[in-house]
Amino acid sequence: MLDVKNITKIFGGLTALDDVSFSIRKREITGIIGPNGAGKTTLFNIITGIYTQSAGTIYFNNKNITGYPPEKLAGLGLVRTFQNIELFGQMSVQENVMVGLHTRSRSGIISCAFKLPGHVKEERDVRGKALHWLEFCGLSDFSGLEAANLPFGKGRMLEIARALALQPDIILMDEPAAGLNNRETNHLADIIRKIRDSGVTVVLVEHDMELIMDICDSIVVLDLGKKLAEGTPRQIQENPAVIAAYLGSD
Amino acid sequence: MSHMKKEMIKFLLFTAAVIITPLFFSGGYLMNVLVFVGINTMLAIALNLLLGFAGQISLGHAAFFGLGSYISGVLTATHGFDPWLAMLIAAIATFLMAFLLGFPILKLKGHYLAMATLGFGIIVYISLNETVGLTGGPSGLSGIPNLQISSLLFDNDVKNFYLIWTFALVTILLSTNLANSRIGRALRAIHDSEIAARVMGVNASFLKVQIFALSALISAVAGSLYAHTMTFISPASFGFNFSVELVTMVVIGGLGSIYGSLLGAALLTLLPEFLRTFQDYDIIVYGLLLIVMTMFMPGGLVRGIPGLFGALLPKRMEGGGENA
Amino acid sequence: MDIGSLAANGFSWYMMQHQSAQGDSTSALTLSSVKAVSMNFSHQIVQYLLSGFSTGAIYSLIGLGFAIIYNSTGIINFAQGEFVMLGGMLTYFFLTVAGIPLFASIILSVIIATATGVIFERLAIRPLRNATPLSLVIITIGGSIFIRGIAMLVWGKDTHAIPMFSGTEPLFLAGATILPQHLWIFGITILIIVINKLYFYYSISGKAMRACSYNRNAASLVGIDVRRMVLFSFAISSAMGSVAGMIAAPLTMTSYDVGVMLGLKGFCAAIIGGMSSGIGTVLGGLILGVLESLGAGLLSSGYKDAIAFIILLLILFIRPRGIFRKAETERV
Repeated sequence: MLDVKNITKIFGGLTALDDVSFSIRKREITGIIGPNGAGKTTLFNIITGIYTQSAGTIYFNNKNITGYPPEKLAGLGLVRTFQNIELFGQMSVQENVMVGLHTRSRSGIISCAFKLPGHVKEERDVRGKALHWLEFCGLSDFSGLEAANLPFGKGRMLEIARALALQPDIILMDEPAAGLNNRETNHLADIIRKIRDSGVTVVLVEHDMELIMDICDSIVVLDLGKKLAEGTPRQIQENPAVIAAYLGSD
Repeated sequence: MSHMKKEMIKFLLFTAAVIITPLFFSGGYLMNVLVFVGINTMLAIALNLLLGFAGQISLGHAAFFGLGSYISGVLTATHGFDPWLAMLIAAIATFLMAFLLGFPILKLKGHYLAMATLGFGIIVYISLNETVGLTGGPSGLSGIPNLQISSLLFDNDVKNFYLIWTFALVTILLSTNLANSRIGRALRAIHDSEIAARVMGVNASFLKVQIFALSALISAVAGSLYAHTMTFISPASFGFNFSVELVTMVVIGGLGSIYGSLLGAALLTLLPEFLRTFQDYDIIVYGLLLIVMTMFMPGGLVRGIPGLFGALLPKRMEGGGENA
Repeated sequence: MDIGSLAANGFSWYMMQHQSAQGDSTSALTLSSVKAVSMNFSHQIVQYLLSGFSTGAIYSLIGLGFAIIYNSTGIINFAQGEFVMLGGMLTYFFLTVAGIPLFASIILSVIIATATGVIFERLAIRPLRNATPLSLVIITIGGSIFIRGIAMLVWGKDTHAIPMFSGTEPLFLAGATILPQHLWIFGITILIIVINKLYFYYSISGKAMRACSYNRNAASLVGIDVRRMVLFSFAISSAMGSVAGMIAAPLTMTSYDVGVMLGLKGFCAAIIGGMSSGIGTVLGGLILGVLESLGAGLLSSGYKDAIAFIILLLILFIRPRGIFRKAETERV
């Protein structure tokens, strides 16, 4: 459903990504791994419209989305989370998720300012849905708290809840397990499986190999801006090039 | 929902206070000052929508106030338009101008946005001074008619008080609604993390332009009201200093707090009137206030001294956020 | 209150001085007289260029102050113009009121303006290390208003004149007249630019400041005291600003509120130059000065001040990198 074709990204003479192509299948969990500096986050930023690639094309549900800004991708059902949590710190936990429902609601400035009936109904609806996603991610107890005051692990969960509220077709997570303890990581793994089972495609950039091998249906390995390998966790674990790259750099 | 009920009760209490105020001060000089508090409240709220909610600074907001005033003034005093019609035209024209200006100017961020809006403000200010044939130049424009509803002519302080405060209260009500809505949340999201807001599907650049234009529209309406209550206007009221004064009102009251803007506007309008002795030196006080508030009370008075205002303006219990 | 008209007053006084100086020596070159019409057009242009270069030199110095602070801290110091005002007003005070000789007055004024800049950084900027751009804008505006207010309290609202540094006897150059003060402006500006360059490229602290401007974290990792460099940048900028204020004051007069307009013009120069602390901003200032001078002379003097802001908006809208910078070139 997400086809990355021949993506190249050059930062001022430095090639961060070199002719990378792969496809992500529907309703699978795909992991993107690779040593530091492999270009994983750059790739994420290109897919999600934050950077523009130097060359190459991206198709989403067979639609060419090359150069689409993030807000347009959100409308198409493509959403992401961030490695350095990007919450709306001064808003409550529930309001954070309500922003996730932005594309699922319509009220404009006039409707909001004059509290037209449609807006009032929609607002009630949005509030309810937000509570549902908070519950889904185990955050019900925190709904009134200011997001900046959330513990780190809960902040990561809130990012996921907020992204899910958008009811995406695909969710890209940038190192969702970074900084989580074992218990939190296990919880995360459960949530990610639940997300896939609900029909949403998941893409992960992750350093936690145990988590990747445990939950991913397929894996793409990047090294020094190039695609090194692609396959099931087992194939990847047995791939000599991957082993060499990891032993060489770690 | 009880949060919205509290907002409603707060608003109704305040409305009641406004309605009975003239019973105590009628005829006095204070009535005249309170008219200005109303106009400045509208302006401070308009700026707060942009500065406090969307987090986008404008150091040229006096220009929109001035454009509203002058369009109203010129259309009525020179061309004999009906004041209400002139007000409508002023509002629409200023809105459109801000809308068009908004696209290039809001691409800028932080310091650059501050400088660009400042530059825009000064260009308008210079134009008001230099187009002598149209505006009367530095010596001002006089003979602007009062507003009128059938036989009710708004020609004294008490009538003007009710007129201006009707507009100010509507501004407060609509802004409060907006703050607690899908749009208000999206604006605050842009403020906290523009990139995350965009990933959530908020069209940040367009929403910023919309709110910039809305803010200009409210300022222009305040400007028209100012022109028709004063009946005389001159460019000096719409310079850089007034833009800074507006920012001061918003910062003192509290960024993102509607009632804070009301408080900031009231303080900055009333204080110099009470402390006549430092009339000329009030800018020193503004300067100090800006520095001290930003350093020690970044939430503004409304959030900075909740103890003092706690009874009057209850702190948010649920729903969180900065939208008091 | 009325920044535009005050700056314009300063300007018309400047023109008046200019013209009367010319009138003293040779009535044939009086700009505003009927003869001006018959004056050779190219001479007139040269005249505009000369006065444009001299105001442009002032803008360059102020702009450099903006750029130096911006490059080491990421802050646009809205109080920059106030140091320009302080330069002029302090010199007026020491020279005219206190009767101290010119050279000593200049030194004293620079010292006091620099000290003010340092105190401002210490009290208002340093405590807010992780502030958002919004609060920094508001803080520096607050500082600017405060300094202006104190100046008004001390010196009143009147406009003050400073005598020219070395007489009013005009010189002739390519058919145009030039005042000795213009030469002072050119000379001191060039001197400061050269010192500036030497400082940034050959002194340890100058190199450290350049390092900060490239990457503050990396600079602090290799042992550079970033906070001290920030303080230095405020000291250098306020000193430069004050010098600009004092060399301009004999031509433009000075008052407590000249800082607003001059500061903004300086910022405009820095923006044209892409916020470079070097030649870009100097060229930016000269371009702005010349355009203003030509605009005022050939189009309308009332809109003179608007020219800078129209250029400012156009550059910010179309080419926010400035017109000289290609990509990531040098910043200091």
